[in-house]
Amino acid sequence: MRVGVIVFPGSNCDADVQWAVEQVGGRAEFVWHQATSLAGFDAVILPGGFSYGDYLRCGAIARFSPIMGEVARFAGEGRPVLGICNGFQILTEAGLLPGVLRRNAGLKFLCRPVHLRVENADTAWTRGLQRGQVLRLPIAHGEGNYYADPEELAELERRGQVVFRYVTNPNGSVNNIAGVCNREGNVVGMMPHPERAVTALLGGEDGRRILGAVLSGEGVRAC
Amino acid sequence: MWKAKVEVMPKAGVLDPQGKAVQGGLATLGFAGLRDVRVGKLIELRFEAESREAARTLVEEACRKLLANPIIEEYRFTVEEV
Repeated sequence: MRVGVIVFPGSNCDADVQWAVEQVGGRAEFVWHQATSLAGFDAVILPGGFSYGDYLRCGAIARFSPIMGEVARFAGEGRPVLGICNGFQILTEAGLLPGVLRRNAGLKFLCRPVHLRVENADTAWTRGLQRGQVLRLPIAHGEGNYYADPEELAELERRGQVVFRYVTNPNGSVNNIAGVCNREGNVVGMMPHPERAVTALLGGEDGRRILGAVLSGEGVRAC
Repeated sequence: MWKAKVEVMPKAGVLDPQGKAVQGGLATLGFAGLRDVRVGKLIELRFEAESREAARTLVEEACRKLLANPIIEEYRFTVEEV
């Protein structure tokens, strides 16, 4: 299983994601944002960071990087794409996921472990989990306050596109949303960092089951 | 040559944490009677275009595609020949 980790100028969780994917038995390779091909990859992860310095809006500039056209095509084929933190922000700006991430309601940058409830265990990245299961993963963001307008939000809830919900809302996100997926369930975005929780030494292993779901091949098969 | 000034503001009804923080700061400084503070962006563009209409079309497209996120922001702009 080969996972492409997209590297934008300002990405800073790329090496962590690569390491974490290898910890759970996959092979991860960096793909520079100027690249135009994802040939040979089975899954793609957009890591966290501050692409383009978060200028204008988080993820707003990165979505025009040459590789993003290929990411959209890859996603359109039903193959697994995961956006973590800034990667989630980029996927919403690119229109591959609904909604937008705003400044945290309390304005502070939040860096701490949180508890999440799994709401949808039928996506490419959550098949190793169970609905209702509670995970502990770290967050590290200043702009993780998820928003979708009321009609869109109702649609998301109805379609089961809310993938993770905070047990205690840290940032003001509507409906406590921590992660969502596209209608097909192959594209998932989440603010918490599964790659920072793949070994007990780092405070927990709950991230393994998210990265591991797709590496086992289940995510690919189901799409 | 044309110059456009684009104003991007959080949509009415959408929480504006920056505005709220500034409002709190002003209240602390003793500014009384503040009802609301909202923080947006002013973006200036200079560009070539054949006519005022072409200039407006270009700016409109730039707003739609990049300068504003229509989910949470609204924009307006002026163009002038310089």
